[in-house]
Amino acid sequence: MAEVRFDGVTKTFGDVKAVDNLTMTVENGEFLVLLGPSGCGKTTALRMIAGLEEISAGSLYIGDDEVNDIPPKDRDIAMVFQSYALYPHLTVRRNIEFPLRQKDYDKAERDARVAKAAATLQLTELLDRKPGQLSGGQRQRVALARAIVRQPRVYLMDEPLSNLDAILRTQTRADIVAIQQELATTTVFVTHDQVEAMTMGHRIAVLSGGQLQQVGPPVELYERPANTFVAGFLGNPGMNLVAGEVADGVVSVNGTAIREVRASNGPVTVGARPETLRLAPEGLVATASFTEVLGADVLVLCTLPSGERFIVRQALDRPRPQSGEAIHIAVVDDGKALHLFDIASGGRLEASP
Amino acid sequence: MIIGTPADAEAVLQLPRRRRGGAVRKERWKEYGLGYLFILPAFLIFGVFTFYPFVKNFWLAAHETPLYPGNPAPYVGIHQFTTTVTSSMFLQSLESTAIFTVIAVPIGVFLGLALAVIANQRLKGIAFFRLVFSATAVTGVAVAAVIFGTLLSPTNGLLQSWGIDTAPGIAQSPGWALYAVSGIQAWQFMGLSFIIMLAGLQSLPEEVLEAARTDGASTWTVFWRVTVPLMSPTIFFAGVIGTIIALQSYGVVDILIASSGQGSQAVYTHTNLLINYIYDEIYNRQFGVAACLAIALFLITLVVTAVQFRVLAKRVHYGN
Repeated sequence: MAEVRFDGVTKTFGDVKAVDNLTMTVENGEFLVLLGPSGCGKTTALRMIAGLEEISAGSLYIGDDEVNDIPPKDRDIAMVFQSYALYPHLTVRRNIEFPLRQKDYDKAERDARVAKAAATLQLTELLDRKPGQLSGGQRQRVALARAIVRQPRVYLMDEPLSNLDAILRTQTRADIVAIQQELATTTVFVTHDQVEAMTMGHRIAVLSGGQLQQVGPPVELYERPANTFVAGFLGNPGMNLVAGEVADGVVSVNGTAIREVRASNGPVTVGARPETLRLAPEGLVATASFTEVLGADVLVLCTLPSGERFIVRQALDRPRPQSGEAIHIAVVDDGKALHLFDIASGGRLEASP
Repeated sequence: MIIGTPADAEAVLQLPRRRRGGAVRKERWKEYGLGYLFILPAFLIFGVFTFYPFVKNFWLAAHETPLYPGNPAPYVGIHQFTTTVTSSMFLQSLESTAIFTVIAVPIGVFLGLALAVIANQRLKGIAFFRLVFSATAVTGVAVAAVIFGTLLSPTNGLLQSWGIDTAPGIAQSPGWALYAVSGIQAWQFMGLSFIIMLAGLQSLPEEVLEAARTDGASTWTVFWRVTVPLMSPTIFFAGVIGTIIALQSYGVVDILIASSGQGSQAVYTHTNLLINYIYDEIYNRQFGVAACLAIALFLITLVVTAVQFRVLAKRVHYGN
């Protein structure tokens, strides 16, 4: 077990900065999720921890050791790949045993560890099969077993759930969280799925364009996003972000006064999560476009007079507007519902109500 | 929704086809006819240059070739074949061919793989080396034979320039000539082997090799425990192709030994590969004997390839 520390780590591919001056610490025993859209640099960051990508600038530490020039095999890490990357010519048993055979474990020790890992992931029946004879979910579990069969300093997981179907994904998500809790080994988990990020991580680090946007516990990121990117990326659907104006301590959108705020006069970006909004007799004027029934909730997609899109999440039993119907939207008044962001930088204005 | 047995469903489905049967059949013939038209050129070429000679070869083998063309060719059945394949000349040729193949193919396969591993590195200017390493695949056999003939020359060769006295010359020594031509064959096959191996290496799943590295395996272990097993279908393929090529390799011996005019009878006998033996019999106008030898070579190629498939295929891992 060890902490992982990025100190100004940069990775360039030609002219492209895949990871740009990343400084961040993954605490000892922590489950940290690297979250971001494709191409944001999250996988590159993970591969740098593994030693599969060279570091262009900055320093990377695992524990107290700077590992910039240490090859993967000597970093004492275990990685789970998106494609599972099982050894197709070896049986499940030999796949799980492979990392142990690279170290000085005697046969009894190896067998015991393989048996334990296989039991944890319900693979005991499958030990003599080849990967080609397994289903996607089973292969995924073999990949996990191969990682947990030893106690490395860090587990690295690169979107290990993305090739599973929805039900299996939810199950395996819980399994990974449980295993991580039991082993309490520092884990870095890469995903583009914000539900995975919210449900699994102790903390989430959001990356965009190679730059760290915000790092913190899921609830903090959800409730106090540091900028418009994080606000829009977290949540399904993300936060509504529209142009607004602050004048004399009141923020208004499309000329409709929304609420009193402590912010200086001028244009701002106003953010509100769909579930903090409701249809009301009066409020922000909009036109309903259509509704999406999700189950317990309904999304009302509407358009503001400015042409900006806006989404309201409401309960299934509420009356649903017809397409083209003029509606009014009000903000649920709990003091945290409204977010203000700088119009130019997108950064959070701490004067938010 | 119609509920019934599968037979009912079949009956329902076939009804329209039965009614329009004539039209459908006409359509189908039109389509088939067009298909045959498209394969006709290939079929003609195959027929004239492969199928007819193949059959004619058996006819030749079963008939004694007359001394003068135009005279009747008496039917001798299997007799000519059995006489040919039990002759001491054939057995000597068979032994030489076996040694030649057993040396040339594994060395060519191994060198191809070794060079491919080197050329698969992501280094600057590696494309140049890929070009160089694959060059022997497109080097004419005559060029190769002449180059090696010069290198091995006892008067102005490479070994001689290093002060190693090789008189009467490696290619002129009965004990060494066969190994020399085997080595040249290995060198020639190396280029093609390299291309096959490089293609194989480049299609390996990158993440599996990376997994091995993060699992703590050294470069050596990754190569032997992961790369080679994953490459086994490619290595196997290169081996089979190399064997077939070696069994049909005529030029090296012909240019370096037979046509050089420097070889003694002993050298000539020791390097008389089956394929060269066949050509010699053709030049001697012994078409019947040549045909028998060709059948023998065909059977040997068939058996060797079949054995390779049976024995090696068990040890080859094909992906999922």
